[in-house]
Amino acid sequence: MTAAIAAEGLRKRYGDVQAVDGVDLEVKSGEFFGVLGPNGAGKTTTLEILEGLRKPDEGSARVLGLSPWPRNSALLPRIGVQLQASAFFERLTAREQIVTFGSLYGVGAARADAMLARVGLADSAGTAAEKLSGGQGQRLAIACALVHDPELLFLDEPTTGLDPQARRNLWDLLREINAEGRTVVLTTHYLDEAEILCDRVAVMDHGRILKTDPPATLVRELDAPTRLTVESGRLTADRARELLAGSGTRADVADDGVTLTIATRTPAPVLALLAEQDALRGLEVRGATLEDVFLQLTGREYRA
Amino acid sequence: MTAFRSLARAQLLGWSRDRAAVFFTVLFPLLFLLLFGSLFKGASAPHITLLQNGPVVLFDSMTPDQRAQLNEEVTLVRDDDQADALEKVRNGDDDGLVSQGPDGRLVLRYSVADATRAATVQGVVNGIVQQANQDASHAPPTYVLQASQVEDLSTKPIQYLTPGLLGWAIATSGTFTAALTLVVWRKKFILRRLRLAPVRLPAVVAAPVAVTLLVALLQTAVFLGVATLPYYGLKLTGQWWIALPLVLSGSLAFMSIGLLVGSWAKTEQTATAAAQLIVLPMAFLSGSFFPLDSAPGWLKTISTVLPLHHLSTAMQNVLTRGGGWGDALPTIGGLLLFTAVLTLLAVRLFRWDDA
Repeated sequence: MTAAIAAEGLRKRYGDVQAVDGVDLEVKSGEFFGVLGPNGAGKTTTLEILEGLRKPDEGSARVLGLSPWPRNSALLPRIGVQLQASAFFERLTAREQIVTFGSLYGVGAARADAMLARVGLADSAGTAAEKLSGGQGQRLAIACALVHDPELLFLDEPTTGLDPQARRNLWDLLREINAEGRTVVLTTHYLDEAEILCDRVAVMDHGRILKTDPPATLVRELDAPTRLTVESGRLTADRARELLAGSGTRADVADDGVTLTIATRTPAPVLALLAEQDALRGLEVRGATLEDVFLQLTGREYRA
Repeated sequence: MTAFRSLARAQLLGWSRDRAAVFFTVLFPLLFLLLFGSLFKGASAPHITLLQNGPVVLFDSMTPDQRAQLNEEVTLVRDDDQADALEKVRNGDDDGLVSQGPDGRLVLRYSVADATRAATVQGVVNGIVQQANQDASHAPPTYVLQASQVEDLSTKPIQYLTPGLLGWAIATSGTFTAALTLVVWRKKFILRRLRLAPVRLPAVVAAPVAVTLLVALLQTAVFLGVATLPYYGLKLTGQWWIALPLVLSGSLAFMSIGLLVGSWAKTEQTATAAAQLIVLPMAFLSGSFFPLDSAPGWLKTISTVLPLHHLSTAMQNVLTRGGGWGDALPTIGGLLLFTAVLTLLAVRLFRWDDA
């Protein structure tokens, strides 16, 4: 199977800013690939180079086996790019938008209508694009990107600004799109989104890719402690430390008056101890997340 | 071709739903035409009102025929309160006050606040006195003056207002449409979306251009339709339809100005302000609203380099002065050359996006 995207040594500089500083990337055909990074990490520039909107200063990129630069009209019909939800003609209805964009690819109105129904906008076909809700706007943008049945889909922060329900709704749609065999490349601000959707994730910062792996692998390799939390009151922090030390279990204990938190790499004996003390009320066990991976890799808070 | 058709359709739909755009490109200039057309209607020689204070033999002894002839130029009102009559002349309600002194001398008091009326009232009264002296001498006049204006007798302000205001309307709509389309398409990433689609650039450019040309023809039809109503009385001459290629080349020229503005401006506000700063002074300097006949020489010199001046003049020639291709072709050529130069400049400044 050939790679959907193969990029080597991409570099792009804007004035004094080295936006992309040596990016190597390989995305397999049919993969759901996430690019994660703080604002200004170089995600968008990397995507723009792959889409053929910018010429890299250095390095080479092949998308579906073709070169995206200069503007390659053999490649364009095979990729779909979802732009911001506001990237529509003014004062046109949802249906008029998608029919117009479809016709740029030689796609008929019937296919445009089907696409509109597919993203659940059949009832809003006559609504002006400006009047659609945030979630509907994103759906329309995705429908416009999919109208010509592309093999490879680029999504730039598709769920930014959506309410939780609209987000989940969109996740289902994106999963379906990927399940049809399309390769999806997604940049996102949200680590949970990447964790749930992506087969592999590239963590970017300062124009470089720090690590590329499946989310679960990234989390596992972090080898971070598991955090167990229970209600305060049943067991004091001092007593817990005493008991843990007595049984030879290494753990950090903290109590903020509401929650007693025990962080450990060996959760089993800690759980047993809490059960013995009848202190399991309100128990939650939380493993490391992509956020912890991110913090460790970039050494800073996630600037969403 | 499909790409061009659907983009043109999208542009036309968007335009027709934008009430402000329709108002400012079609109705607003038309309102100017209606307003100016009514204001300047029959504004040839001003009609004079003359006050008569006390008995004036010259007026009182007029035959009914002479009186009727006088009434065509002058409304004569008797007002024997001298102070009141002077006040009326002073504040401009009436144009002159005539009284007769004990020695038979006629005294005319007038105000110079309005130079035209002051001159007219002197001329009229002087004429009456000369005529009366002539009649009193019972001899045929030695010299006779026959005066007539050089313009066709049907020439009215509407004959220059229509081409002038139509030129301004086309300039406004061409400049604004091109500038705003470019800025909005860039800001809203529509340019980017078009760049990512397998369409050829000419189709992308041709669509809004075609729509703007269509709007220009619509403006022309509405203008000529209204101005030729009997109330406004515009009379079109022979080859008036040569105005159509003029309108189209003028529209292209102003779109190229808009393209330059849109390539440079980053926001709609900047684009609107820049376009207005170009079009409105140009309209005044080109004589779109009033003729430049009495303007100083340097101003006329400026106007000769303005495309709108040439467009309006050529349109006036073919619409109302019996002009033909000879009047239109040099202007069409000039406008197209202007378009080519500005478009080349705009292409050099063009940016796909703001980054």
